[in-house]
Amino acid sequence: MLKIDNLHVRAGSREILKGLTLEVAPGQVHAIMGPNGAGKSTLGHILAGREGYEITEGSVTYQGKDLLALEPEERAAEGVFLAFQYPVEIPGVNNTYFLRAALNAQRKHRGEPEIDSMGFLKLVRQKLSVLHIKDELLNRAVNVGFSGGEKKRNEIFQLAVLEPTLAILDETDSGLDIDALKLVAEGVNLMRSPERSFLVVTHYQRLLDYIKPDVVHVLADGRIVQSGGPELALELEQRGYAWVKDRIAPGATA
Amino acid sequence: MSPAATSPLVEALDAQAVALAATGGAATPALAHARTTAREAALAHGVPTTRSERWKYTALRALAARRFEAPAGRPAVDLKVVADIPTPRLVIANGRYAPALSDLHALPEGLRVRLLSEVLRDAPAEAAAWLATETRHDDAAFQQWNGALADEGFVLEVEPGVRVATPLHLVVIGVEDGADRAFHLRHRIALGAGAALTVAKHHLGAGAHRHLLNTVLHVELGEGATLTQARVQREADGATLIQRTQATLGTNAHYRRLDLELGGALSRHELDVALAGDGAQLDANGVLLADGRRHLDTRLGIEHRAGNTRCELTWRGLGAQRGRAVFHGGILIAEGADGSNATLSNKNLLLDDGAEIDTQPVLVIHADDVQAAHGATVGRLDATALFYLRARGVPLAEATAMLTAAFLREPLAVLGNEALETALATTLDARLAAAASTRA
Repeated sequence: MLKIDNLHVRAGSREILKGLTLEVAPGQVHAIMGPNGAGKSTLGHILAGREGYEITEGSVTYQGKDLLALEPEERAAEGVFLAFQYPVEIPGVNNTYFLRAALNAQRKHRGEPEIDSMGFLKLVRQKLSVLHIKDELLNRAVNVGFSGGEKKRNEIFQLAVLEPTLAILDETDSGLDIDALKLVAEGVNLMRSPERSFLVVTHYQRLLDYIKPDVVHVLADGRIVQSGGPELALELEQRGYAWVKDRIAPGATA
Repeated sequence: MSPAATSPLVEALDAQAVALAATGGAATPALAHARTTAREAALAHGVPTTRSERWKYTALRALAARRFEAPAGRPAVDLKVVADIPTPRLVIANGRYAPALSDLHALPEGLRVRLLSEVLRDAPAEAAAWLATETRHDDAAFQQWNGALADEGFVLEVEPGVRVATPLHLVVIGVEDGADRAFHLRHRIALGAGAALTVAKHHLGAGAHRHLLNTVLHVELGEGATLTQARVQREADGATLIQRTQATLGTNAHYRRLDLELGGALSRHELDVALAGDGAQLDANGVLLADGRRHLDTRLGIEHRAGNTRCELTWRGLGAQRGRAVFHGGILIAEGADGSNATLSNKNLLLDDGAEIDTQPVLVIHADDVQAAHGATVGRLDATALFYLRARGVPLAEATAMLTAAFLREPLAVLGNEALETALATTLDARLAAAASTRA
């Protein structure tokens, strides 16, 4: 599904990712944990196609394609979805209108027929009922006037409507209280399937109580320093990231 | 006499004035006096130059070098040109009233509609008073020429207490007819105490003409009167429009207006509003869509002359290709206008390197206990928002169009008339789609 090989990324003069290697198989949920500044959010942005980064070395292959060669909208149409850590407010653009435009642009790219407004409304209602999202959010401008929790749930709602193949959740748990966190996790769990993979980027182990990962990676100083099963997340929680930093120190200076 | 008086433009306009006088354009001494006074003032002013602070960003050199002919009867215009404009509808084409395009069947009760040509014929003293209206500015050559030459226009009056619900549509069309012509229109909208009216004015172009339209509009709102006015300028790409709006608002009067500047080669609009009565309120919003080689210049001159007056001004500009948008937001809160409230926002999008935006908010306060806020920005589309849309699959061109439309639609809400707002949003979107296709 996704193969990241020795990825080096620079933003300005700062090297953020320093040889990141990672492979995600279809249907798997991988968690990426790590201290602040480790490059977690950069990884999400790079995969979604954000400008402003320079890839100096390495490659990203997604379903056999060179992902880095695609425009952001092409990646989305190919099934890559990034749930933003900070969902963007867009005054004047209606949430439903935006989402339908996005879905139809993706369908068009894939050679599928467009969905008319009736069909889209039906799809939306079905997704909303599962996610416990209020109808009224649909008629507002994208993320404008949404609470922190509503913004994050709107991301998951978009995920549910767009049905990507690879979903990257960038600190979707940040700023959420426990109830909101459970709702978001429930939405994600409903979306799990043998064809869909998740990359869950998080600082805290808490989210992983609700979204059970198959693999946990620790990202520190721009590379994966340790990978393991769900128990690795618990170990991190107990011992803190300092433990990881100590472990990588010799390699980092090499 | 000013050296500018020798320019081809001035010579041509003066020839029009001489011809008008010769054909009995001034039926009474009062009217003749008004015409002559205006003509002399216009000749003395000459064509404004960029040395004048009020014209600093709008050069008229090319216009001054051109000649224009006088109106020449009613042009033939296909009814299709106005087909999408609702009725009741009054149409002026190439400076002449066009009854075949107009439709006054559903003219609301209590609204008196006349043409300036009728008033000049039947009540010349009344017309003379309007034409002689003093201007506050010493570089008002076009307004003076208008006084000397205006021979057509819409004159709308609403009796006190009459609240007209049906919107009236006014259409001014420039029609290609083989010559470059200058038209001088003088409109007047007067609402009695407690009266209400909604007016939508459309500037349209039929064919690739290069006419000059010189318009003056007087607005007088009595105590507690409400005027809602939309103006949509989508003239031909070669058209020149010079417009002055002079409004005076009485106690607790409310003037809501929206200006969409979407067409023309050069369009200058001076919107002068005097909040003369206590509690008078102005909500004036607008959009300047300067793409192609269009030059759009809007100059607000808002004067708070009485206490507790309010103005709220929301303007959006777009500069693309080699277009230029000029915005001056002048607000004066005069001595004694205590407790007044003024808000001005002018945000602009600069899409291409060849485009230019000049924005200048000017706030002068001589009163106490005043709340005033103004802001002007020029920027590009929000890169984060653009990425967000693209990351969801919306292609770059569509995402750009979506954000641009959202940005420019903000001023439309001012009218408080959903049907009108929806129609104008559609017009704006269509215009943006056309702009996007020429940029692509």
